[in-house]
Amino acid sequence: MSDVQTLVKGLVKSYGRQETSLMPILQGVIKVERSISESAMIEIARELEISTAKVFGMASFYSFLDTKPRGKYVIRICKTITCAMKGKNQILLALEDSLKIKVGETTHDKHFTLLETNCLGWCHKAPAMLINEEVYTELTPEKVRQIIEEYKKNEVVD
Amino acid sequence: MKQINLKINGIAINVDEGMTVLEAAKKLNIRIPTLCYHKDLCTAGNCRVCVVEQVGRDRLVASCATPAQEGMEILTNSLQVRNSRKHIIELLLSEHNADCTKCYKNGNCELQNLASEYKITNPDFIDLVPYKNYAYDDLSPSIIKDDSKCIRCQRCVRTCAEIQHLSALCVAHKGHEMKISTFAEKPLQEVVCATCGQCVIHCPTGALTEKNYIEEVWDAIADKDKHVVVQTAPAVRVGLGEEFGIEKNDGRVTGQMVAALRRLGFDAVLDTDFTADLTIMEEGTELLTRLKKALVENDKDVQLPLFTSCSPGWIKFVEHTHPDRLKNLSTCKSPQQMFGALAKTYYAEKRKINPENIVSVSIMPCTAKKFEADRPEMRDSGYKDVDYVLTTRELAIMIKQAGIEFSRLDEEKYDRLMGESTGAAVIFGATGGVMEAALRTAYELVTGREIPFEHLDITPVRGFDGIKEASLTIEDALPDWDFLNGVTLNCAIAHGLDNAHHLLKRMDSGEASYHFVEFMACPGGCLGGGGQPIPTSPEIRKKRMKAIYAEDGDMPLRKSHENPEIIDVYREFLGEPLSEKSHHLLHTHYKARERY
Amino acid sequence: MGTKHLRRMDLIFTRDDDYKNLVKDILSRKNEDIINEMMESGLKGRGGAGFPTGLKWKLTSEKPEATKYIICNADEGEPGTFKDREILTQVPYKVLTGMAACAKVIGAKEGFIYLRGEYHFLVDLLSKAIDEFHQICKVNSFDFNVYIFLGSGAYICGEESALMESMEGKRGEPRNKPPFPTDLGYLNKPTVVNNVETLAHAFTILKLGAKDFHDLGVQDSHGSKLFSVSGDTPIPGIYELELGMSVQDFADDFGDGDCKAVQVGGASGFLVPRKRFKETSIGYQGKLKGISLPTGGSMMLFNSSRSMYNVLSNYLDFFQEESCGQCTPCRVGCQQLVKGIEQVKRGEKPAAYLDVLLKLTDTMKVTAKCGLGQSVANSFQSIVENFKEEMIY
Ligand SMILES: Cc1cc2nc3c(=O)[nH]c(=O)nc-3n(C[C@H](O)[C@H](O)[C@H](O)COP(=O)(O)O)c2cc1C
Ligand code: SF4
Ligand code: SF4
Ligand code: SF4
Ligand code: SF4
Ligand code: FES
Repeated sequence: MSDVQTLVKGLVKSYGRQETSLMPILQGVIKVERSISESAMIEIARELEISTAKVFGMASFYSFLDTKPRGKYVIRICKTITCAMKGKNQILLALEDSLKIKVGETTHDKHFTLLETNCLGWCHKAPAMLINEEVYTELTPEKVRQIIEEYKKNEVVD
Repeated sequence: MKQINLKINGIAINVDEGMTVLEAAKKLNIRIPTLCYHKDLCTAGNCRVCVVEQVGRDRLVASCATPAQEGMEILTNSLQVRNSRKHIIELLLSEHNADCTKCYKNGNCELQNLASEYKITNPDFIDLVPYKNYAYDDLSPSIIKDDSKCIRCQRCVRTCAEIQHLSALCVAHKGHEMKISTFAEKPLQEVVCATCGQCVIHCPTGALTEKNYIEEVWDAIADKDKHVVVQTAPAVRVGLGEEFGIEKNDGRVTGQMVAALRRLGFDAVLDTDFTADLTIMEEGTELLTRLKKALVENDKDVQLPLFTSCSPGWIKFVEHTHPDRLKNLSTCKSPQQMFGALAKTYYAEKRKINPENIVSVSIMPCTAKKFEADRPEMRDSGYKDVDYVLTTRELAIMIKQAGIEFSRLDEEKYDRLMGESTGAAVIFGATGGVMEAALRTAYELVTGREIPFEHLDITPVRGFDGIKEASLTIEDALPDWDFLNGVTLNCAIAHGLDNAHHLLKRMDSGEASYHFVEFMACPGGCLGGGGQPIPTSPEIRKKRMKAIYAEDGDMPLRKSHENPEIIDVYREFLGEPLSEKSHHLLHTHYKARERY
Repeated sequence: MGTKHLRRMDLIFTRDDDYKNLVKDILSRKNEDIINEMMESGLKGRGGAGFPTGLKWKLTSEKPEATKYIICNADEGEPGTFKDREILTQVPYKVLTGMAACAKVIGAKEGFIYLRGEYHFLVDLLSKAIDEFHQICKVNSFDFNVYIFLGSGAYICGEESALMESMEGKRGEPRNKPPFPTDLGYLNKPTVVNNVETLAHAFTILKLGAKDFHDLGVQDSHGSKLFSVSGDTPIPGIYELELGMSVQDFADDFGDGDCKAVQVGGASGFLVPRKRFKETSIGYQGKLKGISLPTGGSMMLFNSSRSMYNVLSNYLDFFQEESCGQCTPCRVGCQQLVKGIEQVKRGEKPAAYLDVLLKLTDTMKVTAKCGLGQSVANSFQSIVENFKEEMIY
């Protein structure tokens, strides 16, 4: 059994086979793999006895359920109005500069993916971003550079 | 039932509770345009062209999704309704590659009709097509999916889920990127598609169409060196007339169809019904053989129930979703493929034509038959047994192209040699028909008596119930079959793959057990096939079914084993049912396919 | 700045160490009494639609089905809204108490908190609060369990029927209404969906009595309300204010002295330009004097340095991405608006094309299947009509 099959089987065991478990199972895959591969979707469909197309249709609806390969750390920077007003573009430039990738891309080492997202609910502390589930607010270009450096350092240690 | 009083355009009407505003309006002969709505499917309410004004509400309501309520006042043609509706049609067109003149659905397209009704000649909105990256998938031998023609009504998605239980199609992404997709946006060819074409006949636009082989067939006809034979499936003769607005005689057009085919230039006009009769001989014998093995020889390996195998969509469904049931499938090829195999052997021999020069064309109510003809297993004659499969719709196109005034044609008869058939064959076109035909022959074979139903009409197996059951107890069997004495044969019939799925589930759980089960991929059987004229609806299928049984009733011969050409083909060529030659030419095998 | 016109309140965030006794007290009351209290308070849903909460509970309580659900809507995706997050962080037990009260009244044994994926970090904290709450229910022999259902980044799932679809393992496509959730909700069972804040207010009402709550606010907009304040303000944050305030008072208190416009109710709400600050008050539409605006509580301030074109374009991008995409007016309408204002701005379409787009939003408002598509017109019309030059030049 492949890793992803084991992962899905484990998730199915804890959440059950009913369709109401589909979302938590997909989220469980994301948590480990950061994206949902075709083989993961196939395995989920098999376990829940639903069509693979349905699983794909579901996953592709939700912006956090990526079906394209993603890095270990997915950075989502808020592009909605307040963050846009409070300097989101400079933050983005700083991120693109530190990571050497553009929005939508993943670093060669597969450590980081840079994405934009809609309102994160931190408008009073804009600009804001998520790195995986972690929230970072009141960002400045210096602050994001530091944050990324921290992550890179931890990666090296790992 | 509780009655609801409402007013539509000022006219009072009284309807049953639960009826929608759309249906209530229809009762008043007020047509409200619809796109996502289809009688065969659950209500989506997403296209919004059916919006109407409800007096006293500030928003319009979707009439297809709004139940009639006491005291409601509805306006279906107010200024606000008209302006809104026009906007919606315009919006749909702005996302749509509306080059109607180059579109396969030109002339039979619900979107085009609406655009023409509302005279959208000078659209306000920006053409969004250049901003889209629309996919075009023509890899399937049966179906073309052109996203640039899709209005995202989701009829196809609901069809594939609700009628066919496959959900090969899904809605993917959201917002402006929302589209109709397959698993991971793969070509239809690579996913669990039965190629049944139900999505095609439920699609209001040119986004899903059959892959057509009209030009190929014209080329073959024009080729002097080729002998082009054509076969016509049972259900085609009760559907084709719809393309020409023919209603008389229940819409049956067998004789005109034969005449038209001859005028198109086919060298021989033959009948799939002939091989439908042959199927009964082979499959009936297969059933009796399996029964004998099970009951007399106590053979534990013998697979019962026997499942019919004439519906290639059903076959592909089993291959994908129930590979453990492949052994239950009859090894008989479908009548189309039996015909193809015989056309390039038996027919070629008798007519003294080099099979290499025979082009075998079939007219089918079905898109799955296109896939079937392409299967590598279907080359037992040494050639591709069936070269081109045309749907009922493609035939209508050819007839129109040829300038034939179809409705004025005099009736003609099929050519001899594989053109003769019985009433038992024509009912293959309706759900329950194969069962009925098989019972007519098998019962008589076993007992020497006609099956005890008035006029041979085995009514319990007829009709539109999703799953039908019938039992028959054998008494006074002939000596060869005395092991069947007192045995009650249990049969079941399912049409539409969703029903098939449920019936299989019942069998898997042990809740039900049968000896013989007929499955058809399409609702109503082939008469509701994915290659039949568009539109389709429960009423239309009902009408076609009536025509099928009328056709049967009018046939001089009603039992397959009485077909003289069948007797000939066994005597002159095949020997007997399940002979080695039969096995080679008329039987096949199946393979498990990926479900996921 | 900071003339402090508005009374600030602290009903919601005040800690209540005694809440265990309130739960006990609620569970001992008669259902009718709870419903009456809720109805008399005048509380209307704080999720945006403003449906009377007491009535919603009552309707659901009258359904005969054995299984029913209460769902707390914590999907908070409206741009500029972040108050629910703070409620769940600071006083989750108030929300849980509100859910329990509803569960008791309607006869639900299970409740869910649909928490937006962006608030994943709240899961641990909330789970702890829920565990504690389950203990209290147990002590009081009340059979009620609350689960967290985590969203995955789709604004539309805040719409209650999309939310339930999402919980059922489907795409978040809003359903046709009727049937309403109170008839056929989650798994086709009668379901109450309430906003986080609504449930927190229920706590206050059941604690202090309907009258205290009812006395706050004005006419048919009773009680206090949390406002999420952001944009060009020196003091962004969450404030509890009385309903019925004028935008002028609000701008005086919160603006940076150069306030050009206030967006009330997030991207799906209305933009109020300075010239209309005085006549516009914040409450539920109805009997208030002047123009009144319903709101989920998002207040975004813009000063004169802001381009209203950029603001509108940002909103429209948001809508074209966050629309579920199922219905024509919303899916295609949003794309037309995005492209339309772009082309007008670039001079590729004449200024008069804005009128075509305004008409289009009229159509979207009356024909879209759900609140998302229906409300795009709000910001579009209020921005284009008030800042036409900024759209063109
Ligand atoms: C597009 C859209 C998004 C919505 N988002 C939310 C939301 O994030 N939170 C919320 O409580 N209600 C939201 N609503 C309103 C809900 O549909 C529903 O009316 C509300 O949760 C009911 O609770 P209430 O009566 O307590 O306000 C949204 C509605 C629409 C149309
Ligand atoms: S799908 Fe219909 S409207 Fe579209 S191009 Fe074809 S015929 Fe015209
Ligand atoms: S052809 Fe049949 S199985 Fe294939 S997508 Fe269409 S409806 Fe589904
Ligand atoms: S392919 Fe046809 S049926 Fe399917 S959504 Fe598009 S237009 Fe509708
Ligand atoms: S209005 Fe928009 S979000 Fe609502 S159902 Fe229609 S497409 Fe979906
Ligand atoms: S036909 Fe009613 S919404 Fe499409």
